[in-house]
Amino acid sequence: MQIFKPSSTATLTAQKSVVNNLNFYYGSYQALKNIDMVVYEKQVTALIGPSGCGKSTFLRCFNRMHDLYPHNNYEGEIILYPDNENILSREVDPIEVRMRISMVFQKPNPFPKSIFENVAYGLRIRGVKRRSILEEKVENALRNAALWEEVKDRLGDLAFNLSGGQQQRLCIARALATDPEILLFDEPTSALDPIATASIEELISDLRNKVTILIVTHNMQQAARVSDYTAYMYMGELIEFGATDTIFIKPKNKKTEDYITGRFG
Amino acid sequence: MATPETRSPKSLRHSYKRNLKERSIEMLLFLAAFFSVFITFAIIYLLISESFIFFEHVSIWEFLTDTQWTPLFDDAHYGILPLVSGTVVSSLVALVIALPFGTIIAIYLSEFAPFAVREIAKPFLELLGGIPTVVYGYFALLFVTPLLQTLLPELPGFSLLSAGLVMGIMIIPYVSSMTEDAMRSVPMHLREGSYAIGATRFQTAVKVVMPASLSGIAAAYILGISRAVGETMVVAIAAGMQPNLVWNPMEPAATITTYIVQVSLGDLPHGSIGYQTIFAAGLTLLLLTLVFNILGHLLRKRYREIY
Ligand SMILES: Nc1ncnc2c1ncn2[C@@H]1O[C@H](COP(=O)(O)OP(=O)(O)O)[C@@H](O)[C@H]1O
Ligand SMILES: [Mg+2]
Repeated sequence: MQIFKPSSTATLTAQKSVVNNLNFYYGSYQALKNIDMVVYEKQVTALIGPSGCGKSTFLRCFNRMHDLYPHNNYEGEIILYPDNENILSREVDPIEVRMRISMVFQKPNPFPKSIFENVAYGLRIRGVKRRSILEEKVENALRNAALWEEVKDRLGDLAFNLSGGQQQRLCIARALATDPEILLFDEPTSALDPIATASIEELISDLRNKVTILIVTHNMQQAARVSDYTAYMYMGELIEFGATDTIFIKPKNKKTEDYITGRFG
Repeated sequence: MATPETRSPKSLRHSYKRNLKERSIEMLLFLAAFFSVFITFAIIYLLISESFIFFEHVSIWEFLTDTQWTPLFDDAHYGILPLVSGTVVSSLVALVIALPFGTIIAIYLSEFAPFAVREIAKPFLELLGGIPTVVYGYFALLFVTPLLQTLLPELPGFSLLSAGLVMGIMIIPYVSSMTEDAMRSVPMHLREGSYAIGATRFQTAVKVVMPASLSGIAAAYILGISRAVGETMVVAIAAGMQPNLVWNPMEPAATITTYIVQVSLGDLPHGSIGYQTIFAAGLTLLLLTLVFNILGHLLRKRYREIY
């Protein structure tokens, strides 16, 4: 296993998760090959690389989304701390994993419910019934998602009536309401206009000290702006991982350099 | 690539040939749509105009309040209530079976069943839907009624209960297949949003997928209700064809549809008051189903789905 050292510019923090020799298969097609990586606690880690290189596939291993479909296979480990447990192990319940590692998708996917109920959803499925607790947590989550001021007077409205950017922030609030330890973002701004994108990026920067974040993006400027660490993937392999500054200023690998300088991808 | 010189100077004008083709297709589509609307209105017109003859003899008040329906007796009474009660009770029994079971089957097939199970179960359910209703009728009379009688010894040989139960079984495939289609049309990314915060399959099905497909589910239920209200054969065979104003499913009774069949198969002369009753009964049935359809329409509008 290769060992990565965070650069001096990034703050040295605890490891939240360590990926060891991860392989992933869609049926017989191997989409991820021998991936080793570290996810640092309360830092933003960006996954970049050309389309189809396996970024989403990798991200979705972290909350076992692949378990939802047949013929998907994991090999290797994703160790989650402080439990020191391999979340890919057969003994681990994917639902327990998703209780702690939540996800925000490419396209905003609010539920056909009110704004309030969208955010309260995760709490309700965990059995929270007390109105006062729900209200407090929903407000907190909406504040953390920078949406509270815009929606506080219409919490009963259908979530579909919000704009795309607001819907995406609502989905972030929904994920935040249950205090996840890791938040996974899969190209969260690719369906949004530049202004909404800027607000989501700002939000991610604000969240970095509250929660560990993994974000997939095909936008390198975005990776440079929001992340502390960057992983460059190519054809199912992790080519280079390190502090974002290092990766963008002096990448060690020629492939990374070509991608970042825009020679392909 | 064609240069401007090689193109005919009229290349931007309307193409006569294309126009003609488009127009004739449009016309054909219009005719098809018009024809079905026309038939519907023709039926409604027929029912209303024939009912007028009936209502010249019998007041609407009597029709709606008299508790007996004996148009063919010497002491004729023209109260629709006994037929309505038979229709409502048998339909309710059927729906108590069909809606929950249909929904549960749909949830299972759409959200839980592995691909192979679904592939086997779907054609099987469709097969159930294709069995002629007369077979269901005799199934009720010769199998379900005796079976029920071992549990409920006082159950008569003809009953709304037995007919309703079998009607319910008969309607399950309609409800389940339409409900399942509605649920499966919910995009996967909506489900993933639910799974991603730790929801189980069941929570996702009930709290996300069902609300998201509510209009389709409502349509399935309305179809189930319409089928129950309009069903003829099963009740005609297993429920006894006696117009009784009863609300107890353990009694024999007639429904609107069985009465219509009974009279139209008899030899009453057209124009006689006895014969005209079937139009009044038919109009009542139409209004009954119309109410359900409007309700369904309102429900659909209220819970219009947007993903
Ligand atoms: N459900 C699937 N079944 C089979 N192959 C898939 C599936 N999803 C993705 N792939 C393949 O896996 C590779 C990685 O896909 P993905 O992780 O979506 O890439 P990225 O997010 O980097 O664009 C691609 O070659 C893609 O075609
Ligand atoms: Mg992707």
